[in-house]
Amino acid sequence: MHTEKAGLNQHIGKSMNGRTRIRLTGWFFMLVPVVMISVFYFYPMVQALLLSFKSGRGSNLQFVGLDNYTRLLSDTTFLTAVKNTFIYLLIQVPVMLVLALFIAVLLNDDRLRFKGFFRTAIFLPTVTSLVAYSVVFKYMFGADGIVNKFLVKLHLIQEPIQWITDPFWAKITIIIAITWRFTGYNMIFYLSSLQNIDKSVYEAARIDGANAFRQFFTITIPLLKPIILFTTITSTIGTLQLFDEVVNITKGGPGNATMSISQYIYNLSFEYTPDFGYAATVSYSIVLMVVLLTMIQNKIGGDKRS
Amino acid sequence: MNIKRGFTYLFLIIAALISIFPFIWMVVSATNASVDVTKGTLLPGSRLIENINNLFNSVDMWQALWNSAKISVTSTIFSLLVASAAGYGFEMYRSRGKDIVFNILLASMMIPFAAIMVPLFQMFAKISEVMPFLGIDTAGAVILPTFTTAFLIFFFRQSTKMFPKDMMEAGRIDGLSEIGLFFRIYMPTMRSTYAAAAIITFLSSWNNYLWPLIVLQSPENMTVPLLISNLGSGYAPDYGMIMSAIVITTLPTAFVFFIMQKRFVAGMTGAVK
Repeated sequence: MHTEKAGLNQHIGKSMNGRTRIRLTGWFFMLVPVVMISVFYFYPMVQALLLSFKSGRGSNLQFVGLDNYTRLLSDTTFLTAVKNTFIYLLIQVPVMLVLALFIAVLLNDDRLRFKGFFRTAIFLPTVTSLVAYSVVFKYMFGADGIVNKFLVKLHLIQEPIQWITDPFWAKITIIIAITWRFTGYNMIFYLSSLQNIDKSVYEAARIDGANAFRQFFTITIPLLKPIILFTTITSTIGTLQLFDEVVNITKGGPGNATMSISQYIYNLSFEYTPDFGYAATVSYSIVLMVVLLTMIQNKIGGDKRS
Repeated sequence: MNIKRGFTYLFLIIAALISIFPFIWMVVSATNASVDVTKGTLLPGSRLIENINNLFNSVDMWQALWNSAKISVTSTIFSLLVASAAGYGFEMYRSRGKDIVFNILLASMMIPFAAIMVPLFQMFAKISEVMPFLGIDTAGAVILPTFTTAFLIFFFRQSTKMFPKDMMEAGRIDGLSEIGLFFRIYMPTMRSTYAAAAIITFLSSWNNYLWPLIVLQSPENMTVPLLISNLGSGYAPDYGMIMSAIVITTLPTAFVFFIMQKRFVAGMTGAVK
């Protein structure tokens, strides 16, 4: 750092004036984002924490200490939302990432033909807006919809599945939808890292007699570890914030069978009689989960690369 | 060996079909009557024009498209300017203090939006009282809290690492001011980085749903995702019409993606390399 600064100073003369001016210019460039991120991210975080100790209707808030937090633990809707979110997290994220990695490995084959077509097709869902694709999926998975029709025709099912209105299948529908939308997105990250791996590493392994299976686990996986960690963390944060799909496919129903934590916060603030204090308490539970899960994932996947 | 090949192609063909199918079905459904859409018809109908006419007659689609375009374009311009200046500043004027600030800003990426939406809403409710043009139910309120993202600053900083520093020295010798260096040398050289950043920012703004849903209230301020969501949850919805609305909003983004595919992918993955 110091050598860089010294190099910079050679050209502007040794005048204190010039040096200070350059240092100030550096700060000037980051002034706006520092202000914006402080005002629109960090300040609301502090506000939310303060709010979580208050309760009341609308803007009529009173300090209630830890009442909101005790209410949280006996709030069945909240517990259902947490349970749903964890079901999405534990099933959808691993399935999607394994699928994405598998497709990326298949596509990374030099001898594969129509590679561009496959890559573009599988990535295409990423360009759709979450609302638009959710509405499309809602109709595709309707009781008389195309998906049931297709499955009946293939004799995979006898009776149409109640994809949207059955508590179990509604969760499956949400999981299928998110997997459709984000597999290609994650696949692209894996593919671009795979392309950076030197082919000679595999060559050497082949000479040593390692089969494809072994190569995958001893070369590919370790080299992709940082990017696997990255996609796991972003997918986890994304799932904890799940909102658009649930609202537009099932509205959180039937009952609260598909409700996500974000949707519950939204409902507490803007659908039911607004209780901003309690909504803030619920939102801090997401913060806590993000921090905990990221720490766990970092611990498992992020051992210091030397 | 051949079985393995065969399996690879079979698997990829199925994956590609599943990925594309909803797009085909969406376009086909836009040409069908509402009843046929719920029945899952796969044959194109003849009601495309009628569906589009119904759409534009029953809701103000033009207004929603204009609102979305206005918000997305403004957001993208501000985002790029602010994030590139910061990424440039952090990398070119590096110091220990700035690195600390950078890491603090990066921490904001971990903040889930759901955790701050309530205080943000309250903040804008207060702003409404003093500056109604930036308060609840304005485009400004949609743009203001969302255009600065740590992700984009990080992205520009990573890209700036490739930027040849000699060019700055040369510029200084030529007598360009520090601000001049940024606008005259950095910006033109980093064109492709800006293009990649513009695409991701525009799309994420165009598709944004939750914050506009909270902060926009009157029908004339609605953006496209809000309009589609409203149509979809309306009483006795006309499915063919809704699908035509979805086609109209999805095709432009798919089209932009096809033209700029390489940059789009580079923009997504560039920051994490």
